[in-house]
Amino acid sequence: MATDIIIHDKKDNVGVVVIEKINPKQNCSCWIMEDDSTVNIHSLDEIPLGHKIAMTDLKEGETILKYGHDIGKVVKSTKKGEHVHVHNVKTKKW
Amino acid sequence: MEIPKSFLGYKRENGRAGTRNHVIILPVDDISNACAEAVANNIKGTIALPHSYGRLQFGADLELHFRTMIGTGCNPNVAAVIVIGIEPKWTKKIVDGIAKTGKPVEGFHIERTGDIGTTMKASKKAQEFVMWASEKQREECPLSDLWISVKCGESDTTSGLASNPTVGNLMDKLEPLGVHLCFGETSELTGAEKVCATRGATKEASDKFLKTWNAYNDFILKEATDDLSESQPTAGNIAGGLTTIEEKAFGNFQKIGNCKFIDVLEPAEEPTKGKGLYFMDTSSAAAECVTLQAAAGFNIHLFPTGQGNIVGNPIEPVIKLTANPLTVKSMGEHIDCDVSKILSREMNLSEGGDELIKTTLRVANGRLTCAEALGHKEFVMTKLYRSA
Repeated sequence: MATDIIIHDKKDNVGVVVIEKINPKQNCSCWIMEDDSTVNIHSLDEIPLGHKIAMTDLKEGETILKYGHDIGKVVKSTKKGEHVHVHNVKTKKW
Repeated sequence: MEIPKSFLGYKRENGRAGTRNHVIILPVDDISNACAEAVANNIKGTIALPHSYGRLQFGADLELHFRTMIGTGCNPNVAAVIVIGIEPKWTKKIVDGIAKTGKPVEGFHIERTGDIGTTMKASKKAQEFVMWASEKQREECPLSDLWISVKCGESDTTSGLASNPTVGNLMDKLEPLGVHLCFGETSELTGAEKVCATRGATKEASDKFLKTWNAYNDFILKEATDDLSESQPTAGNIAGGLTTIEEKAFGNFQKIGNCKFIDVLEPAEEPTKGKGLYFMDTSSAAAECVTLQAAAGFNIHLFPTGQGNIVGNPIEPVIKLTANPLTVKSMGEHIDCDVSKILSREMNLSEGGDELIKTTLRVANGRLTCAEALGHKEFVMTKLYRSA
């Protein structure tokens, strides 16, 4: 099965769409770069190339991990499989 | 892949080697642009480098202006230089700085002569220089004569996934072969600054980096009216899926692979600690950053992009790579190296790094970059504060 989503690090709670887009209710194959493993996720939103998907349920105030590092905080609770972007995540800087 | 041990470059008087053989007409200040451009129009094969500053600057800002001007003239991609300024004193200061390399350089000032007389005198000298330079031949130079600078732009998540790590893979492979390497973008390491600091080769380098980043952050906090949300990430970054500056920073940081930086440079400062990776304190605006790196003596540039930045530089060839298949499809004329197969997993990172090394050597040997063929010559001075 082709890779739909790439995840940098096993600790990450988001993945990146690497095909033109994924559709709602699509069963997606995710490749984790760190250990070359594969997991699947059921998408809830349409998500375009390069945009992120929540790999777990995310509560408001929770930290988003990508590259195994803190890249910001959740400002609106988000379900596993939903689109993660500026509408639900903000920087902790500035 | 076996990495070639040499490339075909232009050997310069001071022992450096160039990947290009430009004769430049360098205006000292904004009001000398017209004369410099007139000379470049008269004498084919020369190139004028117009810019916006050079009057009434003072202190560290003036020092940076001189360092950028002199460094640009000293770059080994430049065979010879005509310097044109309004007044004799600053013109001479730049000529004297460039003359230390041993390359042909001559200055002209416009006061008491006017544009037309100065254009005539400078054109005669420029013709002499360009005809002399046109006989220079490319010769075999060791790979260690490559000074490679890097900067990414219009980044998206594909940059952090593939094109930036491809540059990192190239660094990991070329650093042991003795090349000079340089990354910058102080602002775009925000969020990854602590991790970046651990990549200093010495405690001194790490401390110097943190001091530089903190000074920048203090400046942002002082000047920002709200925050940088309108600028960092940019609208292009956000369209490409990047959400926060931290995410952008960790993607950016992939460009240095596993290398450690041996020193922290001032903007446009020439490295003096020998081969290896350097961090330079620069803006993250593409043209400003590449201009500073070229002025520090870097002779070939790698520029990973996601959404499709199109920047070039008049003296340092800028090689674009992308992993974004939509960018390859819609803006292919700007892309020198396509690594989008990394995302579809038809290419691994090491193969991507090898492709980029091959492209880098072809460009070092003389192949035009897309930016050169399209006429991109962005030469943008960094200004630190208001003039007097």
